[in-house]
Amino acid sequence: MNIAWHSLGLVLLVGLLAGAGTVIVFTGGVLGLSLAGSARERGQATSLGFGIAVLCFLLCAAGAIYGIYLIVPQFH
Amino acid sequence: MSLLVVLVIITALAFDFTNGFHDTANAMATSIATGALRPKVAVGLSAVLNIVGAFLSVQVAKTISGGIVDDAKITPAIVFGGLIGAILWNLMTWLAGLPSSSSHALFGGLIGATWIAAGHGAVHFDKVMEKVIIPALASPLIAGFVALIATFAVYTLTRRARKDTVTRGFRSGQAISASMVSLAHGTNDAQKTMGVITLTLIAAKELPSGSGPPFWVIVTAGLAIAAGTYLGGWRIIRTVGHRITQVESPQGFAAETAAAAVILASSHQGYALSTTHVCSGSVIGSGVGKRLAEVRWGVAGQMVIAWVLTLPAAAVVGALAGRLASAGTWGIVLVAALGVAAAAAIYLRSRPNAIHAGNINEVDSSGATQTRPTPTPAGTPA
Repeated sequence: MNIAWHSLGLVLLVGLLAGAGTVIVFTGGVLGLSLAGSARERGQATSLGFGIAVLCFLLCAAGAIYGIYLIVPQFH
Repeated sequence: MSLLVVLVIITALAFDFTNGFHDTANAMATSIATGALRPKVAVGLSAVLNIVGAFLSVQVAKTISGGIVDDAKITPAIVFGGLIGAILWNLMTWLAGLPSSSSHALFGGLIGATWIAAGHGAVHFDKVMEKVIIPALASPLIAGFVALIATFAVYTLTRRARKDTVTRGFRSGQAISASMVSLAHGTNDAQKTMGVITLTLIAAKELPSGSGPPFWVIVTAGLAIAAGTYLGGWRIIRTVGHRITQVESPQGFAAETAAAAVILASSHQGYALSTTHVCSGSVIGSGVGKRLAEVRWGVAGQMVIAWVLTLPAAAVVGALAGRLASAGTWGIVLVAALGVAAAAAIYLRSRPNAIHAGNINEVDSSGATQTRPTPTPAGTPA
């Protein structure tokens, strides 16, 4: 019997970076929106919050598109 | 086309259908539980993505079994017996509301039927260990750990954020992460049925050796899994979304994203993990990762017992069915009749406390569905 420890370790590492990484970046986007919401209530500029949110969500969208690229065999 | 070949095709499509409703929960349970997607929308979206996935993937399973049994010794009767074993186990675990791997059920059925009909030498136990047992242990642990870290990070980072923004933001994210899991599922699972049907047609000399699936096989297999998905395995959805732990939208997003990342990483490595085990493991992980969230370990334990039993239980049924079906036409007819009768009995058993799109989220604090209001005992003062 041959346990592919190397593959398993790599799956854990990549899963951790991609999975937890995407979640943390998305959380950054949500925090940006939350910041913008609080700023609007105080009558301050919301551009910083929205800027952070857009940047984070774009990063996540790129991650999702790369995921679709991996799923669809015709792309590679 | 012989009676047996027709029966195998019908049975394979029936298995595909049970595969569909058994696995709806993998992608959609947490989105339904948090209200990210309305129940009917969730199963509809998942069904469409499953059928899209069925057409997208060109890599049809070249062997029925992935090498765990000797394909040269497989007959249509063995495949028929194996499929019956897989279907019955899928239905029984659905009745119990437990997410168990449809691939394990199929492998189990085939192993049992092959063992009895062609001897244990035709079963490659080292492959069973490598392709079934090790991944079954590894996938929930890896996915659970990733989901745990992700969930812990989300709750730590959003502690001071606006509650309504957080809930709404992660609900939107869930719609996307759930769709990714659905699409990945579609490209994998419909392929199994297409492979089974194609290889049966080749074995029966209806197709030349080495051919791919005919167009009608792709269409029927895609439609069968999509129909099953749309029907929705509501009993299993309730377990994954409500009974293991009560999922909130940040947890749901963390669990689904972790599951999608682990599934993609593992299939990219050529190391196929069970979608069901990955998704259930990540839900448990997201329960542990949120401080003070309650994971109902009793329910999780039942689920693990079902995972352990899936392969041997489907193997026993597959062995009996394969043995009977190998004995001639009367045996095939008897197996078909018994299979239909058992499926009907399980369905009827599920009716009194049916769970559907309408009551999926009406759960009490233990995660049990409230099918009717609690009757007030007679004579109780109002």
